[in-house]
Amino acid sequence: MTAPENRRKVDSTPPRSRRPDLLSPAPGGRARKWKTAIFHALCALSAAIVLIPLASILLYIVQRGAPGLSLSFFTEVPRPVGEAGGGMGNAVVGTLTLIAIASLIGLPVGVLAGVYVAEVGRGRLAMWIRFFAEVLSGVPSITIGVFVYALVVVPMRHFSALAGGVSLAVIMIPTVTRTTEELLRMVPSHLREASLALGVPMWRTSLFVVLRTAAPGIATGVMLAVARIAGETAPLLFTAFNNRFMSTRLDQPIASLPVQILTYATSPYADWQQQAWTGALVLVAVILSLNLLARLGTRASAVVVR
Amino acid sequence: MTLPAVPPPEELNARIVVEHLDAYFGSFRAIRDISVRIPDRSVTAVIGPSGCGKTTFLRCLNRMHEIDRSARVSGRVMMDGVDIYDRRIDPVRLRRHVGMVFQKANPFPTMSIRQNVLAGLTLNGIKPSDPDSIVERVLGQVALWGEVKDKLDEPGTSLSGGQQQRLCIARVLAVEPSVILLDEPCSALDPIATARIEELFAELRSDYTLVMVTHNMQQAARVSDQTAFFYMGDLIEFDATERIFTNPKESRTEDYVTGRFG
Repeated sequence: MTAPENRRKVDSTPPRSRRPDLLSPAPGGRARKWKTAIFHALCALSAAIVLIPLASILLYIVQRGAPGLSLSFFTEVPRPVGEAGGGMGNAVVGTLTLIAIASLIGLPVGVLAGVYVAEVGRGRLAMWIRFFAEVLSGVPSITIGVFVYALVVVPMRHFSALAGGVSLAVIMIPTVTRTTEELLRMVPSHLREASLALGVPMWRTSLFVVLRTAAPGIATGVMLAVARIAGETAPLLFTAFNNRFMSTRLDQPIASLPVQILTYATSPYADWQQQAWTGALVLVAVILSLNLLARLGTRASAVVVR
Repeated sequence: MTLPAVPPPEELNARIVVEHLDAYFGSFRAIRDISVRIPDRSVTAVIGPSGCGKTTFLRCLNRMHEIDRSARVSGRVMMDGVDIYDRRIDPVRLRRHVGMVFQKANPFPTMSIRQNVLAGLTLNGIKPSDPDSIVERVLGQVALWGEVKDKLDEPGTSLSGGQQQRLCIARVLAVEPSVILLDEPCSALDPIATARIEELFAELRSDYTLVMVTHNMQQAARVSDQTAFFYMGDLIEFDATERIFTNPKESRTEDYVTGRFG
């Protein structure tokens, strides 16, 4: 009934006038194109400046460090000054030991604190914990070293691997807490409700549904946190100190790659300086591969968490 | 009017008796003074415009309402003669007797189809003695067994929307509840998937008490025995579905079911 009327109405509207002015050059068009080009160039330049330091560090470290790479570098301990050879086996083992101690303390505490902030205490206390975690992650690492010195080293009366691990854990905890919290918040609430509605208690829901769903992402964050503490030097100076011998004892001072690099690089002996370069190469390789692993982890988890 | 002899719900043997139920979010009263009697082995539809308190009412029946920190409830909900808001009632245990299906199918993304079905048990640390028979039985109940029996170890999220929703219903059945609450279970599904789930309700009706929130008036008319009409937090009318859709007492009910508003 109404269709023909409608058509007549459309037909009766006057046609729009053509816009030939769109074909002529716009006023100020050339200047605008220049501004766009300059803006793009500035962005590209900044991107290059970001890349240059990393690229040149990598290049330089490989160049200087690679000649010292050998199996004995990983298996032998330092030799006395003047004796050729020797390696940083003690520092490699030491760094792994310190990372293990730090993860053993820092992971459970960091993850559970993240669960607390995201799932359990959503009130004012959670807000303060989040704030303090942020402040803690901004505290200079040398300060944390001094703090752990007073907390662990002074009562024990000597430097120890344990003290070094504790100081690295303190650095690790805020990062892990923050990552855990953010990823738990990304878990859709309907999964939480599905579990609760099945008669699953809150704590089991938080642990086996919410945390489980966010686990791949949290693993990525943890990997990045480990990569960060692997290269920390300052907090170890007052805690783990250094050890010229192979040691895995937790109550004794322990060597670590960063501290060993510092000691060797500032020494006057060419042989030691060469070893410092190789140590730096090994350390950077470890941290880079942790970062790459984390990257791959994110890609894999993106498929799971929707 | 000549109506078939459907006894009004008040006269039926009631399974769930709600008396003067108020539910709040903070100081906002989402539902006001609700009293209904829901018979056993029946389907009850809850209809009404958005924001009228349908879902809040549903969530009061398995104490999911109180998940929200600001939420509060007053009044009584008697289920099989026990007030579920009694201080001695553990809401976690209650929810194993009163299952819930959500608007969006929500299988656990980290779990396979089999693990999803058993989730209500395994998440509670219960190791069923014969998990395979449970999986086959409840997937059979929701008519999903034939479609998924060869891919039980694939992720639950790999199924289609309708299959996922049936998987979620199977997951609820595995916990062996006696009441099942459904919060717009078909609103995200196409008509074919919806029809299959509606068939399922007709079968479940002989063993369970179903309470279903729906936006779809035809669905309420098709599958339910009695219908509750909510408006602005009030229960306007509760009666046999035929009466609600053919000869309601309230003019607002008539306006709503005939599509004049809402």
